[in-house]
Amino acid sequence: MGAPDFDQLSVGDQIPGATVHVERATMVRYAGASLDFNPIHYDDRFATSVGLPDVIAHGMWTMGSAIQIVVDWAGDAGRVVEYTVRFSAPVPVPYDSGTDVAVAGRVKSLDEERRRVVIDITASVGGAKVLSRALATVDLG
Amino acid sequence: MAVNPKVEGRTYPATKPYVVSRAKIAEFARAVGATDPVHLDPAVARERGYSDVIAPPTFAVLVAQQAEAHVMTDPEAGIDYSRLVHGEEGFVHHRPLVAGDEVTAHTTVVRVRAAGGHSMVNLRTEVDTVDGENVTTTTSVVVIRGDS
Repeated sequence: MGAPDFDQLSVGDQIPGATVHVERATMVRYAGASLDFNPIHYDDRFATSVGLPDVIAHGMWTMGSAIQIVVDWAGDAGRVVEYTVRFSAPVPVPYDSGTDVAVAGRVKSLDEERRRVVIDITASVGGAKVLSRALATVDLG
Repeated sequence: MAVNPKVEGRTYPATKPYVVSRAKIAEFARAVGATDPVHLDPAVARERGYSDVIAPPTFAVLVAQQAEAHVMTDPEAGIDYSRLVHGEEGFVHHRPLVAGDEVTAHTTVVRVRAAGGHSMVNLRTEVDTVDGENVTTTTSVVVIRGDS
């Protein structure tokens, strides 16, 4: 299914990126799907009472959404065999308009023997990184 | 309150068996914008060699967080959940989770350390089928903020 040709890849190659919009309804939907009902992700009063500037997105929503550019590029979600991230900053989700997460990726390394590719993903809001050390390993073997 | 270093190395009980369903995969896929039809259409999944629809790459967190909850609620560990910040997360998939899989998960506390007034806890969770096949290994780092 439309897998990239391993032999044509080089370290540094960009893969197509995306902009992902997130608003309160996105958080409610993710809470239900993931069973993570921490109110900091949908309740303003609660979020500000524990010192947050606003409702913030589930880190796991950001992680789960950011991998989609890699899945689109790889042609099959099952080719993502490893995926790790560090949550470097929260994603505030304003009540009125929500926010946009910009996601980009590039080839970090190639394992010739196992035909595996490590994609370095960046995810940012307004130019500030929200994920760091976000690495996905894609098996093209 | 710092996290009790004595829980380092401890493995907590496995979760009750959880059956991965097509409906939950579809719900989760929609929630994270996972549009690959391999999550939604069993015919597509079979064409690609899977026995049924497969879960998105971060779906296993659903099961893993149930297992991690055993650590979070252990009074001996002393984790103040209201001060918890998720620092890192990782997945190693030995194969994709597939609809129909019946899985359990168990969490091991890999490391507890103090860092600048905070406590950092590394957790590793194995997600296995009830037949004992290891499907996914998840790792997470949680930070428990100190009083200051």
